[in-house]
Amino acid sequence: MFKKILIANRGEIACRVIKTARRMGIKTVAVYSDADARAPHVEMADEAVHIGASPASESYLVADKIIQACKDTGAEAVHPGYGFLSERTSFAEALAAANIAFIGPPANAIAAMGDKIESKKLAKQAGVNVVPGYVGEIDDTDHAVRIANDIGYPVMMKASAGGGGKGMRLAYSEKDVRENFESVKREGLNSFGDDRVFIEKFIESPRHIEIQVLGDKHGNIVYLNERECSIQRRHQKVVEEAPSPFVSPEMRKAMGEQCVALARAVGYHSAGTVELIVSGADTTGQGFYFLEMNTRLQVEHPVTECITGLDLVEQMIRVAYGEKLAFTQADVKINGWAVENRVYAEDPYRGFLPSTGRLVRYRPPAEVDNVRVDDGVYEGSEISMFYDPMIAKLITWGETREAAIDRQIAALDRFEIDGIGHNVDFLSALMQHPRFRSGNITTGFIAEEFPEGFTGAAADARLGLHLAAVAGVLASIDAARAAQIDGRLNGPADPSTSWVVTLDKVERQIEILGDAVSVDGTPVVVDAPYAPGQKLVEALIDGEPLSIRVERKRTGWRFTTRGASHELRVLTPRVAALSHHMIEKIPPDMSRFLLCPMPGLVTAIHVAEGAKVEAGQPLAVVEAMKMENILRAEKAGTVKAVAAKAGDSLAVDAVILEFE
Amino acid sequence: MLAILQKLEEKRAAARLGGGEKRIEAQHRKGKLTARERIEVLLDPDSFEELDMYVEHNCTDFGMEAEHIPGDGVVTGSGTVNGRLVFVFSQDFTVYGGALSERHAQKICKIMDMAMKVGAPVIGLNDSGGARIQEGVASLGGYAEVFQRNILASGVIPQISVIMGPCAGGAVYSPAMTDFIFMVKDSSFMFVTGPDVVKTVTNEVVTQEELGGAVTHTTKTSVADNAFDNDIEALLSVREFVDFLPLSNRHDLPERPTDDPWDRTEPSLDTLIPDSATKPYDMKELIAKVVDEGDFFEVQPNHAGNIVIGFGRIEGRPVGIVANQPMVLAGCLDINSSKKAARFVRFCDAFDIPIVTFVDVPGFLPGTAQEHNGIIKHGAKLLFAYGEATVPKITVITRKAYGGAYDVMASKHLRGDLNYAWPTAEIAVMGAKGAVEIIFRKDIGDAEKIAQRTKEYEDRFANPFVAASKGFIDEVIMPHSTRRRIALGLRKLRNKSLENPWKKHDNIPL
Repeated sequence: MFKKILIANRGEIACRVIKTARRMGIKTVAVYSDADARAPHVEMADEAVHIGASPASESYLVADKIIQACKDTGAEAVHPGYGFLSERTSFAEALAAANIAFIGPPANAIAAMGDKIESKKLAKQAGVNVVPGYVGEIDDTDHAVRIANDIGYPVMMKASAGGGGKGMRLAYSEKDVRENFESVKREGLNSFGDDRVFIEKFIESPRHIEIQVLGDKHGNIVYLNERECSIQRRHQKVVEEAPSPFVSPEMRKAMGEQCVALARAVGYHSAGTVELIVSGADTTGQGFYFLEMNTRLQVEHPVTECITGLDLVEQMIRVAYGEKLAFTQADVKINGWAVENRVYAEDPYRGFLPSTGRLVRYRPPAEVDNVRVDDGVYEGSEISMFYDPMIAKLITWGETREAAIDRQIAALDRFEIDGIGHNVDFLSALMQHPRFRSGNITTGFIAEEFPEGFTGAAADARLGLHLAAVAGVLASIDAARAAQIDGRLNGPADPSTSWVVTLDKVERQIEILGDAVSVDGTPVVVDAPYAPGQKLVEALIDGEPLSIRVERKRTGWRFTTRGASHELRVLTPRVAALSHHMIEKIPPDMSRFLLCPMPGLVTAIHVAEGAKVEAGQPLAVVEAMKMENILRAEKAGTVKAVAAKAGDSLAVDAVILEFE
Repeated sequence: MLAILQKLEEKRAAARLGGGEKRIEAQHRKGKLTARERIEVLLDPDSFEELDMYVEHNCTDFGMEAEHIPGDGVVTGSGTVNGRLVFVFSQDFTVYGGALSERHAQKICKIMDMAMKVGAPVIGLNDSGGARIQEGVASLGGYAEVFQRNILASGVIPQISVIMGPCAGGAVYSPAMTDFIFMVKDSSFMFVTGPDVVKTVTNEVVTQEELGGAVTHTTKTSVADNAFDNDIEALLSVREFVDFLPLSNRHDLPERPTDDPWDRTEPSLDTLIPDSATKPYDMKELIAKVVDEGDFFEVQPNHAGNIVIGFGRIEGRPVGIVANQPMVLAGCLDINSSKKAARFVRFCDAFDIPIVTFVDVPGFLPGTAQEHNGIIKHGAKLLFAYGEATVPKITVITRKAYGGAYDVMASKHLRGDLNYAWPTAEIAVMGAKGAVEIIFRKDIGDAEKIAQRTKEYEDRFANPFVAASKGFIDEVIMPHSTRRRIALGLRKLRNKSLENPWKKHDNIPL
């Protein structure tokens, strides 16, 4: 076996690979950029090599520096993780030239699968279902129309080198094709330097299901079942699971065998993933079509590991060393169900804008009870603008899909992140969503179910009652402690056990008698161990567990659980009665202002004082996470004042413009 | 006999009604509680013992003799906050608009005298239209009697003012001399002369809120310390606040149990200081991670944000925290921040509350605005306050401690008891670049040479060890152990005894 390997990556995947290598008795070398000097993967590895400045183009993407680091440390092999250099043929070739093993597929397989049109041709030859469409060069618009008519509408026109939603147009009729073919071509050329376009059938109720394959250098290739990754936001996967609720054993076999055939056709070894698009409207078990093959370890590989009991990184290392697979297709089983949620530094309450900054508090749920956390950060880490905004992957396993999902909900409630915006509430809302739970999902799920964005998961009356009961218990513990202060006049005090808890304008009367809590006369048994200052309360309410992140406020609490935060006012009955005289303060109307939606750098202000603007007109550009965010006018109006200028670094909610 | 008891009850009931149902309703309509309701929220249930309930005014002019309302516009007495004794007066706007009469003032004076005798805080809930004009000079005399007591009580018992309605004219000077002023947003205001007079004299048009509302006074003027949304929030906050204070300067600090381990380590503090010297970080994170339970009661949060002051607890015992805030003006000292912190340090010293200082200060803010407004005198206030303080003083330098500002911020030379530094600390007379440009003035044209000299200077001084080698820093500590170090230090300093030379009083540069 290798004595020492280098991990040409960062963050959670670098940590993930190091863990397995360490378990296998292999020494590890980490590489890091300026921004990652204090990153956990650097601390975890046996050695670490600095490879350049923070931008990936000056560090993690520079193959020469990685190879030099291998030579300097004597690393015999490189695991590329995902992203960065993992699917660059040139990198695999350069390693081979330097006589360093690449823990991944052969270079020719990477090359073959790297091109959308080429890979599709190969797939078709290997007998894999492909989306009905035209594989080949399209001459002009008339040619495109003939092709589209042959396939039948709706059709999708895609730039060959495209990705991330760019250079894609849907056509429902000949007219749409005529209008848009040229612009797709142009976008391909402008964005990717390639004006080839392909046309294919548009799949209805599409689901994203992928097959994990694994092969060795001795010609053995198996498929390790499927993963479903239909829950995506703007083509970015959010939730993944294995197996898929849509796939029957027969369908799995058909999919798996086709994918293995494709892998075999390109002489594949190591781990790889064949992504398929599946028509949710097609119940024949044949409605799956080749999309592309990812010649690397996928982000979502842990769900496959959870249901197969395999360690894919270990398998990749063994294969790279030349070992034979120690099992056959017949040994591959499905044990239970696994779900993965990607915890992103994106704020769902602000249109999923990326958030950067310091993790002032970071306490992932404990890895017990079939909960797994793959992360590469710690409390005090910086989520920098240079890399992917993923903070962690939360993986749960259960006997059934329901059980795995319920464990997600419970674990998400225990996920403590402070200092930056994150999507934990949104993930919890997804896990609780009846349509998600039914398994009737498509890649359009998020757009369809959250058309207006996200404002927090709704709390039902039962949760409200439980939260009120816990608030009463916490208030009593706090009051009892406060009454233990030195220098009391009359000896031991008798703190209140009666409270009025207001949540969403509903008042509930709480009486505390030990564990027994009465909420408006309804008895509730609350076991909520709590010491003042504690930030996570793990309560048992009528025997049912509920974890709540709690934050003390002057007149109550802020509770965060089950995908939303709730403000609870907790007052003694007399004070609560008096509080009815208070006039609710209406927060100032900020709609007259254009506020900076995220911390970032103003790169342009498009309007001047006195300018009349129309709804949708671009007003300013703020750069954050290397993304240019164009801020547009929500309604027509006149600019009264410009408060920021290009070059300003703004905090979130800083005023950029004021309207009249 | 029974009839007599009943008569007492009736008399009490009449007094409790203050200015009557109609005026009570008017008060409620404005989102304000009545004087007695406020006391109920402030104090422990049923703990209030009212005094002077039957006091009436003695005015016989302008028809006043015809109307007598028991209590005369102010409710006074004592009660407990979490079991501890406090004295309270609460002006009753429903009675003559809370206007201060001679008798009204006498009632306030009576409880202040008692609070002084027994050693207990006085909390004043202000809601008064001003002087009782009908009484004329008698009312003015009443104010002055209160003023004199505020002055004598200063530094003996904590005095807290909560402004919950109008407080105008001479009336403002009583709160002004108390230790802390809290205001309620939208319903309270303080000014010496109101908008009408301002308009007549200066032609300025200004609203009450702009002239002297809670926001104005907690951001611009710093007359008030904290602003709250409404009566309930203000009063409940006062309850929490009082728990940090000793009853008087002869009482011990109030301790209350906590489950927060004294030696809790915070590994994340090791990465608090950013790798770039010009990048700010939030000093409040350090404060929250050091004090018990993350519970920090910030005072003047909206004024002079370049310095942070407030109360926390370590091992259940109160401490006063003073910290430069790199997020605002790079944490420099200026007129406002010096004044803000100086008064806080003196309060802590007066009541034997230990002071923990976190330092990241690049120096004093330059500019004519500062110099011409007297930064010299104002900056000296903080220097003076730290230097005269005899309470336990623990200082932690996290990053920059440059120039005179280093001396000011509770340095060893100002009788700091324990002066710690993080390994990231830089104690120097100024930043490397500035220093090099002075020392090597002849090389200024040569960028390469300057860069090299700058690096040399940084290597020499951009660390805590030069200062440590001179004994100015007692120990260089790991950031993650800051709480443990402070807790241990405070334990050791609990019986600290240090006295300043006898004097009638000092002459701080006011």
